[in-house]
Amino acid sequence: MASPNQREVTLCAQALTQRFGPNKIFESLTFEVPKGKGLVVTGPNGSGKTTLLRILSGLLRPTKGEVRLNVDGKIISPEERLRHIGFITPELALYEELTALENLEFFARVRRLKRTKADHLTLLERVGLKERGRDLVGAFSSGMKQRLKLAFAIQHQPEVLLLDEPGSSLDEDGRAIVKGIVSDQKAHGALVVATNDERELACGEEKLALA
Amino acid sequence: MPWLEGVLAVFVKDWRSEFRTRYALNAALLFAVTTLVVVSFAIGAFGIPGDLLAAFLWVVILFASMAGLGQVFIKEVESRTLTALRLSSKPSGVWAGKFLFNLVLLLGLEVIIVPLFFILLNPRVSSWGGFLAVTILGSVGLAGATTLIAAIIAQAKGKGALLAGLSYPILIPLLAAATSGTRHLFRGDGGAGQEIQILAAYAVVVITAASLLFEFIWNE
Repeated sequence: MASPNQREVTLCAQALTQRFGPNKIFESLTFEVPKGKGLVVTGPNGSGKTTLLRILSGLLRPTKGEVRLNVDGKIISPEERLRHIGFITPELALYEELTALENLEFFARVRRLKRTKADHLTLLERVGLKERGRDLVGAFSSGMKQRLKLAFAIQHQPEVLLLDEPGSSLDEDGRAIVKGIVSDQKAHGALVVATNDERELACGEEKLALA
Repeated sequence: MPWLEGVLAVFVKDWRSEFRTRYALNAALLFAVTTLVVVSFAIGAFGIPGDLLAAFLWVVILFASMAGLGQVFIKEVESRTLTALRLSSKPSGVWAGKFLFNLVLLLGLEVIIVPLFFILLNPRVSSWGGFLAVTILGSVGLAGATTLIAAIIAQAKGKGALLAGLSYPILIPLLAAATSGTRHLFRGDGGAGQEIQILAAYAVVVITAASLLFEFIWNE
C-alpha cells in the first residue's frame, strides 16, 4: 500500500441537493477537491455548511446526488468512507468521563490503528495538550476540547479532512495549530473547511459560497 | 483478531465510563432493590405462591433492565459522542461491545437481585442448575433484544416510553418462557427443559437478527 504522502485522493460531489421536509437547503452542488487542495465553504447561518460536510463525510445521505471518494483509482463505498475521513464539527463531542489519553487510546483501538502511548502523547503535544493528557475531558475548557477534537480528526491520517468552524473557541496558539494541520493535510490529502471567519478563508484555494 | 479488539474497546470504554458516572447501574439497582423490599414488606407474613413469585422475579428483572440497559445508546446521543463513534467504529463491533456490556451489567444486577429475592421471599427451588440456566439464557435474550431496541430509539423523542413500548411485544416470548420455567422450578412439578430450549433459541434468533439489522439501524 502506498504511504499517505504518495496516495492519489479526490473527493467529488455531483449534483448534491438537500431538503429537510419542504425546506430546500441547497441544490445541485458539484465540485471536486483533489489532493493538495482545500475548499472553503462559506455562507450565513442555516445555509447548509454543516449539512454539506455531514454529507461529504458519509454521516448523512443527500436527498439527490452523490459523493465519491477516490483513493488510488479505487472508489470507496459510502460505508467505508467514514474510515477515510477526519471530521470535526461543533455537534461532535468526545467522552468527558474519560481522560484525553483514554479517548485517543479508545479511538485508536476501534479504528484498528497500531499506536503506542508515546504516539498518543506526540499527538497531544501537537495540539498543545501533552501536560493535560491524564485529565478528564469534562474538566477541559471549550478551547481545550476543540484541540482534542482536532487530535481525534487527524489521528488516523485521513485522506480527507473536513473541518467545520475549526477555530471556534481557540486562542491564537490554537489557531496556529489549525494552520499547521491544514498545511500538513494538503501534503497527503484533500481538505474542506466550513467557516465564516475571515482568518480561515485562506485555508483553501477554492471557495464555495452557499446562499 | 482486529474485530474482537474493537468489540473489547467498546466494552472497556463503556465500563470505564459506567464506573465513573454510575449512569445505568444506579437507576437499575435502585429500582430493583426498592421494588423487592417494598413488595416483601407489603405481603408481610402472608407469603406468595410459587406461580406468582416466578412472575414477580422476572418483572423485577425486566423493569430493572429497562431502567439501565437502554442507556448504552441514549447516553451516546445525549453526550453528543455518537458522531465520533460512527466516524471511527465498525457497526458490528459497536453492537457486540454494547451487547456484552449490557449482558455483564444485567448479570451483575442479578447477582444482587436474585439473592435478595431469595432472602426476602424465600422460594424453594427444585433444581439450582435449571434455575441458573433459565436465568442466564433469559438474560442473554433480554440483553440482546434491549440493546437492539435501544439503538433504534436512541435518537427519538420520548425515549423511555418508546423503549418500553417497543420492547414488550418482542420480549413476550422470552418472558413467557422464563416465567414458566422458573414457575416449574419453584413449584417442583418437573424440570424446565422445554423452556430452556425456547430461551436458547430466542437468544440465538435475537443475536442473529441484531447482527443482520444493526448496520442498517446504525447508518440510518
